Amino acid sequence: MAELRVTGLWKAFGAVEVLKGIDLHLPDGAFVSFLGPSGCGKSTLLRCIAGLEDLTEGAIHMGDRDITQLPSARRDIAMVFQNYALYPHMTVRKNMAFGLALNGMPRAEIDRRVALAAETLRIADLLDRKPRQLSGGQRQRVAIGRAITRQPQLFLLDEPLSNLDASLRVTMRAELAALHDRLGVTMVYVTHDQVEAMTLSDLVVVLDKGRVAQVGRPLELFHRPANLFVAGFIGSPQMNLLPASVIRQSADDITLALHGATLTIPTAGHDPIAAPAVTLGIRPDRLEIAPDGDLSGTIRLAERLGTENHLHIDLEGGGSVTCITDGTHPARARDRVRLRIPPADAHVFDGRGNALPRRLDPATQALITDTNRPADPA
Amino acid sequence: MTDARRFSSRRRPNLAPWLFISPWILGFFLFTLGPMVFSLVMSLYDWPVVGDRRFVGLDNYRVMLTQDPKFWQSLGVTVKFAAIFVPLNILLSFLLAILLNVKVRGTALFRTAFYLPSIISGVALVMIWKWIYSKDYGLLNYALSLMGVDGPNWLGDPHWSILAIIIASLWGLGGTMLILLAGLQSIPKELYEAARVSGVPAWAQTVYITIPMLSPMLLFTFVTSLISAFQQLTIALLLTKGGPLNSTYFFAMYIYDNAFKFHDMGYAAAMSWVMFLIILILSMAVLKYSAAWVHYEGDVKGGGNG
Repeated sequence: MAELRVTGLWKAFGAVEVLKGIDLHLPDGAFVSFLGPSGCGKSTLLRCIAGLEDLTEGAIHMGDRDITQLPSARRDIAMVFQNYALYPHMTVRKNMAFGLALNGMPRAEIDRRVALAAETLRIADLLDRKPRQLSGGQRQRVAIGRAITRQPQLFLLDEPLSNLDASLRVTMRAELAALHDRLGVTMVYVTHDQVEAMTLSDLVVVLDKGRVAQVGRPLELFHRPANLFVAGFIGSPQMNLLPASVIRQSADDITLALHGATLTIPTAGHDPIAAPAVTLGIRPDRLEIAPDGDLSGTIRLAERLGTENHLHIDLEGGGSVTCITDGTHPARARDRVRLRIPPADAHVFDGRGNALPRRLDPATQALITDTNRPADPA
Repeated sequence: MTDARRFSSRRRPNLAPWLFISPWILGFFLFTLGPMVFSLVMSLYDWPVVGDRRFVGLDNYRVMLTQDPKFWQSLGVTVKFAAIFVPLNILLSFLLAILLNVKVRGTALFRTAFYLPSIISGVALVMIWKWIYSKDYGLLNYALSLMGVDGPNWLGDPHWSILAIIIASLWGLGGTMLILLAGLQSIPKELYEAARVSGVPAWAQTVYITIPMLSPMLLFTFVTSLISAFQQLTIALLLTKGGPLNSTYFFAMYIYDNAFKFHDMGYAAAMSWVMFLIILILSMAVLKYSAAWVHYEGDVKGGGNG
């Protein structure tokens, strides 16, 4: 068991800098996701940890061991690849045993581990098949099984579910969560799918253009996004972001003007903002249609999804927002509506895009810190 | 309207598709199947280039197998050549392909350089080698003399002549190398990364991943090398003319001499058919016994999610 520590990691391919100073601390036994849009460097970071890429600068420690210069094989890790990387000419059993046998593990021990992994992943009846005779989900299980037989301290998974169809992805997601609970080892999971990251992780590392945008528990990212990037990236449909200007501020609230309206938003104590230009963020599901609303606009498009409606609204005075209403709401395109921004639900970002600390109600605060795992009976 | 069209098309066979494939069909009948049948017929005749031809049945084959020591001798030379050339050709092509697959500066230049001999005309190539092998003025013996070795008479000594031809033939391994290089590049790099993470040493990656993944290309180059080895003619004809002491008198050269020197077309045709059968049987044997070690990537695809 070991925690993983990444310090000052830089990685460049020629002149292209992919990772620009990554500092991370992944606690022992955690399920950690690297989340970000394509090209943000999340896979490269994983490959650096795996030892498949050399660092340009920086260090990686596992527990007390400096593994920066260690070859992959001696890092005590296992990796699951996006396209499974199963050896097509070997049976499932051979795929799992191959690496172990070449490292001189006794036959009996290999058989025991393969049998255990096969049982865990319910692939015992597939052991004598070749990968081509397996479905996508079965291949994914074999790839995970191959990783399990190494009994590593650290699992690295590079978008392992992205080649599966939607329904299978949901099933495998649940299985991965169960597997992590059972094995209790640290897992690092690369994904561009925020649903996977939110549902599986203890900790999510959001990456943006080679830098860490925020590290936090899933709901922390949702309720306390540290900056505009995370605010826009987490949550679907995206958070509405509107330019606003500061009228006055105190230690624990800030009053903004936008489109002629005035809003006083509570904060959890913030340093005074120098520049008046800020950004106000409000999630589509928190925006309310109300006759006495702060903003007015015209519905450009009403998407009715059944349980809810997504209203795309052009604001008077420029800009547009998305508002989610109950599916029974009668709003139609070209209707004029007024929108209310509940101050407690608003996010404020300063001129550099960093969030002002939000004041959250105790219930939401409790949710953020909840591990979302069954209570320990002991 | 629809019915009428369907009716007429059923009555009149549609010519268009046949016209489209006719160039190939005509070519096949005129230049492949026709000559084959013609040569088979020819092989049953005593067929001088000028004069009367006479049907002799299987006489040509009987004489060849029972009364012609030169047939057996030339076949022996050819088999000896193939036995050495084919494994060497594949092994060297494979090693070269692995080297050229490494991503270093100037790889493209090296790839071009190693493929270059394959695009040079055979005659020009042989002229170069004739000079290289020359006993007194040759480049090879000059290089050997620098190391204090008194080089042999490559083309004049029956012990060395076949080796000289094998080396010259290996000069053209660019084509084989190119096929294997393409094969190497089609192996997913994740397989090697997975192996690296599992601590599989480099030699084992080559033996247990590269070679099995490359096996379809290895099989293909094995069969084509075998065929080209049995058909070896140009280099021997121009470099040694079959000498010295018939040590490089290849089977194909004997066929050539029978046809165009001794003007015995029937006998030459019969020999060609024997060569054809030998190549056919060898190729079929290779393909039959390859199933155990050849892994086809194509089989892997399909399946999918579910």
